[in-house]
Amino acid sequence: MGLSALALCRDCFAEAPAARCPRCGSPRLLRHDERDRLTIAHVDCDAFYASVEKRDDPSLRDKPVIVGGARRGVVSTCCYLARVHGVRSAMPMFEARRLCPQAIVVKPDMAKYVAVSRQIRALMRALTPLVEPISIDEAFLDLSGTERLHGASPDVVLARFAARVEAEIGVSVSIGLSYCKFLAKVASDLSKPRGFSVIGRAEANAFLADKRPNLIPGVGPAAARRLAAAGIATIGDLQTIEPDAAFALLGPEGPRLCALAQGVDARPVRVARETKSVSSETTFNDDVAEPGALETRLLALCERVAARLRAQGLATRGVTLKLKTADFKSRTRAVSGLAPTRLAGRLFAAAKPLLAKEARGEAFRLIGIGADDLVSAEEADRGDLADHGAPREAAREDAIAKLRDKFGAGAVRRGRLVEAEAAQPQGLEGAKGSKRTMRPTMVKSP
Amino acid sequence: MKVTLERAALLKALGHVYRIVERRNTIPILANVLVEADKDGLLLKGTDLSVETTERAPAEVAKAGATTVAAHILFDIVGKLPDGAQVSLEADGDASRLTLRSGRSRFQLQCLPASDFPALSAGDMPHRFELEAAELGRLIDKTQFAISQEETRYYLNGIYLHVVESSGKHALRAVATDGHRLARVETPAPKGAVGMPGVIVPRKAVGEVRKLLADAEGTVTVEVSPTKARFVVGSAALTTKLIDGTYPDYARVIPQGNDKRLVVEKQAFKDAVDRVSTVSSDRGRAVKLAVGDGKMTLSVNNPDSGSATEEIEVDYDSTPIEIGFNSRYLLDIAAQVDGDTALVRLADSGSPTLFQDRDGASALFVLMPMRV
Repeated sequence: MGLSALALCRDCFAEAPAARCPRCGSPRLLRHDERDRLTIAHVDCDAFYASVEKRDDPSLRDKPVIVGGARRGVVSTCCYLARVHGVRSAMPMFEARRLCPQAIVVKPDMAKYVAVSRQIRALMRALTPLVEPISIDEAFLDLSGTERLHGASPDVVLARFAARVEAEIGVSVSIGLSYCKFLAKVASDLSKPRGFSVIGRAEANAFLADKRPNLIPGVGPAAARRLAAAGIATIGDLQTIEPDAAFALLGPEGPRLCALAQGVDARPVRVARETKSVSSETTFNDDVAEPGALETRLLALCERVAARLRAQGLATRGVTLKLKTADFKSRTRAVSGLAPTRLAGRLFAAAKPLLAKEARGEAFRLIGIGADDLVSAEEADRGDLADHGAPREAAREDAIAKLRDKFGAGAVRRGRLVEAEAAQPQGLEGAKGSKRTMRPTMVKSP
Repeated sequence: MKVTLERAALLKALGHVYRIVERRNTIPILANVLVEADKDGLLLKGTDLSVETTERAPAEVAKAGATTVAAHILFDIVGKLPDGAQVSLEADGDASRLTLRSGRSRFQLQCLPASDFPALSAGDMPHRFELEAAELGRLIDKTQFAISQEETRYYLNGIYLHVVESSGKHALRAVATDGHRLARVETPAPKGAVGMPGVIVPRKAVGEVRKLLADAEGTVTVEVSPTKARFVVGSAALTTKLIDGTYPDYARVIPQGNDKRLVVEKQAFKDAVDRVSTVSSDRGRAVKLAVGDGKMTLSVNNPDSGSATEEIEVDYDSTPIEIGFNSRYLLDIAAQVDGDTALVRLADSGSPTLFQDRDGASALFVLMPMRV
């Protein structure tokens, strides 16, 4: 058993037999029987966007900070001070402001967060090549077989990593350590912020038994309702189900979800996650009903999606339009089977008829566009016997992309978007991402 | 309404009309066929609101009148009646029921009033010409396979029928393309066709006209307006809305400078393509043609199942070339080349390739190569 009978001091990494670290006196001890034998970790940054903003502006340190769209829109991230007031991610901004009127609202600066995220990821890659990013602020790490390299077991390596991220990058992370991805992710959520939790094989089943089934990724509201109707209220209930019954209850995914309920998750940590779709959406300051105005927003979003497809060398054969009505009803419309394209103009041409069918005077609060059914850009926009324009269009957008790379995103803009922005002083939300802002705009609440 | 006619005549007329009627309909009357008796006999009409077919059948009319009745049920009943049977159709005064009697069988069918049956108001058809049924059939056969199924480019979902002039002669030309292949065929312009607008006849109408032509003889009358076209084939008439769109400038993609001439025996080529493509996982897999001095090597390589090669003799004396095509597209085109030999004109492995019977043939086909 060796070290694991002792606790690990998460501040000075000494082995501690007592309640406090005998070397540095810290109470932050990690005690678990299997802690030096588990290798799959989930690392999650604490209130990532808000932490970055607090790091860059110390005056925000002791204030509740919300990162998100200014007047409308939703909360992207809020710091732990704001959470005390009940503010949560994905909450509409007006509600967040009502709960916490003293909060400071910061507009998101994605470019900055991406840069910080890259730094953190680089530190992760120094620990193991098996890093699977799942979003800008989360990743799975597989540390098996790295013990000799680091001269320490994964728990020690991770504790050092967390300390290093705090010291060098200035944001804190929470770590979950287990033997599989599912439980590592569950663990990282157990003691946020600055947490480090371990779920071992021995207690996995017992730990899960009293949790709600929706803790399992893949069990959404619909599945949870079906389970509840069948008298299954906890994961413990789910653990007793036979695979056949699981299939009947939850469909083809049933047996896999049941295995997760028993803490069995064979998914390996994969380095490359294939991009499945590229999308962009915007919530308006005021509901928009006018079809022409909606179309202009759509065009701005198409430009953004096209830029991201270009950056990743991808093209799409399908486009999905997303709309949210003033009364929060979501609507999606899709077109598939397109000739592969990565051009803003072509995405727009595909999405425009979808929008025309929906935009008939109704007011919308959100519009989004997604490129799904992705393929390599190599075969895209080559034109065919009935389409002579594609190669020229591609050459034109390529040239514009080069200019933007060199002189900034605003160097070349579509006349329609410039006009729309001139007509609307507060700016086009959709085009926000393409304007390079060096510092976040802060909007203080009254 | 009361009318009596021969089962065979009714079946033939219904056969032409009921196919237009969609089996699933949100508007109930569209599942019906209009049955109308007048002094000239029986008139049947089916519609899907964009294509409408009418057909007359000789009948003994005891009492004129009209009603509508479920098309597929009526067709199935008549189909099951014995050969040579006499069929009588009788609708009561308010036409809410149709009684069909034949021998000892008796059917009562629910009706909807004829006055509710939608008519595809034909309006004025300013252009009118006559054409041999066989010639119209040829224009359709040689282009129909290339019609696109793609919804986004809806204007490709039909045959582009138009009149062109070259060196003082007018020709009626049919073109279809799905972007990967293009078929173009023409016939000397019939009297009355010159001056008609170029029109895109939708795929469904093309298919139905082709079926009407199957047992037609003599000439067919074609009437065209900017928004509709009508094809009168014997006692049947099909009226269709046209696709409202601009057909792409197809002339630009017909290669002019392809200087590598390959002459191949058509049947041998077709058989060889068919054989080697057996190992493809799906029929859309590429077949590679390696053409050199006097011979062509066809090969298919499918990592999942294996590979196939076949060599055939050809007439070719340009520089050797390797080029890949979708095997199904090659077979489609080979089926439409008329002569014993096919003339293939190539440029390079990345450029559109031209297929014809011979130089100056009235039908030509363009095929985009695939990467192999």
